[in-house]
Amino acid sequence: MKPPPFRYADPGSVDEALDVLAAEGDGAKVLAGGQSLLPLLAMRLAAPATLVDVNRVPGLDRVEASAGGVRVGALVRHAGLLRDTAAAEVQPLLARATADVAHPAIRNRGTTVGSIAHADPSGELTAVLALTGGSVTVARPSGRAEVGWRDLFVGPLETSLSGPAVVVDAFFPALAERSGTAFAEIARRKGDYAVCGAAVVVTLDEDRRVAAVRAAYLSVGPVPEVHDLTEAVAGKPVDSADWAAAGALARTLVDPDTDLHATADYRRLLVGVLTERTLAEAAAEAAGRTAA
Amino acid sequence: MTSIDTERTVSLTVNGVPREARVPVRRVLADALRDDLGLTGTHVGCAHGVCGSCTVLVDGEPVRSCLVLAVQVQGAAVTTVEGLARDDHRGGQVLHPVQEAFRECHALQCGFCTPGFLVTIAAGLEARDAAEEITEEEVDELVGGNLCRCTGYTNIKKAVRHAAATMREDAR
Ligand SMILES: Cc1cc2nc3c(=O)[nH]c(=O)nc-3n(C[C@H](O)[C@H](O)[C@H](O)COP(=O)(O)OP(=O)(O)OC[C@H]3O[C@@H](n4cnc5c(N)ncnc54)[C@H](O)[C@@H]3O)c2cc1C
Ligand code: FES
Ligand code: FES
Repeated sequence: MKPPPFRYADPGSVDEALDVLAAEGDGAKVLAGGQSLLPLLAMRLAAPATLVDVNRVPGLDRVEASAGGVRVGALVRHAGLLRDTAAAEVQPLLARATADVAHPAIRNRGTTVGSIAHADPSGELTAVLALTGGSVTVARPSGRAEVGWRDLFVGPLETSLSGPAVVVDAFFPALAERSGTAFAEIARRKGDYAVCGAAVVVTLDEDRRVAAVRAAYLSVGPVPEVHDLTEAVAGKPVDSADWAAAGALARTLVDPDTDLHATADYRRLLVGVLTERTLAEAAAEAAGRTAA
Repeated sequence: MTSIDTERTVSLTVNGVPREARVPVRRVLADALRDDLGLTGTHVGCAHGVCGSCTVLVDGEPVRSCLVLAVQVQGAAVTTVEGLARDDHRGGQVLHPVQEAFRECHALQCGFCTPGFLVTIAAGLEARDAAEEITEEEVDELVGGNLCRCTGYTNIKKAVRHAAATMREDAR
């Protein structure tokens, strides 16, 4: 269907956007890449009174990679982040996960920050923000503040942001020393939302023994969660750690739902399989980054 | 003051020609192209981003024209399937190698999905190094975002390889 009628503004700065959002009240919504919001309008699942398009706001299209992490501006498209080699070096999980977001034509418009603000538990970047312990910078009429991922995601497609607010960037901390990451998902077709997905990080100690293992999953709960799987493999040499045991532990920790696409049992099975697979990959990367 | 509108005049370039249209702000680019500018080559299937039949190029990049508002392409250069053919410098036009390949490989049946595939594949092939042989992975990525209910994709993939080979020849 066609989107229902709305009013439209395309302010030239974050402050102007906040002014319009404040003046228009609860019926106003930020429009970024439009790759989630416009489908919702077309399906008549949302009918905002006013769209505040931030695409004309200068300065929001930058990726800043530093030793501490990667800051992704609100207008950086999935495709742009995917091309950013400096970002991939600081936090390799970003490119690995973004490659599985939708199709190229959608990645050309959709934004990393938009997919976080959209808070879809099937989204790749929500899981990555959680696993890396990331945060977003939120601009409000009262000023700017960092909001950590735990305080941001409150339910499926629901964040704690209310009233006039524009997310200006998302920050993903760097991959730590002696650590490796991996990402994998199962989807009906490449580019579709995942039936289940896993993002993992493995950290070794100086003797190449497993020091920490964490995982975040896609499409297994209402909000992204990070599970600590260290106890299944703690202290084991990286070459002989039993990743299947970590997968088995993960299956006991998740509580997926049944929906049209998959049963809860199938999703739990996938959690085990994907955990084992990705941990082996992440461990190999961690080993490569740890002097023998 | 930021203006808040229900209707706007949009000026853009479509297939190299400057165009203008007065549109309600809720009008998506696909509908503006078809209904306001008379370019019905762009097809609308699902209208919510899933099928890819409405794909056009905005400033050279493939996008879903059902997921972009017409007011958002103010000042942009849009290329539709009608703009893929090239000037033959003799007063006529030659089809794009991807269009030729679709004809050659019988890559369409009803043709509904075809404009979206053509635009997506043409842009994808032009963005890569033509001298390199195309991989099966690249072919899958190029066609994977578009739905076809007729062909079963085999001939579409054949056409991608065929077009890539032609462009490889041309690049020598
Ligand atoms: C066919 C299809 C397949 C897809 N597959 C996937 C997939 O596999 N994985 C995936 O993760 N995504 C997928 N997507 C969604 C895509 O990744 C979107 O780009 C993303 O979810 C939203 O980003 P956006 O910039 O398009 O945001 P918009 O659609 O513009 O906005 C989405 C929501 O976030 C809010 N918002 C956006 N930016 C801001 C901001 N800066 N400040 C405050 N609020 C903001 C909006 O108000 C709105 O509520 C798919 C989309 C389509 C159409
Ligand atoms: S009509 Fe735009 S993607 Fe289907
Ligand atoms: S040829 Fe009929 S949908 Fe593709």
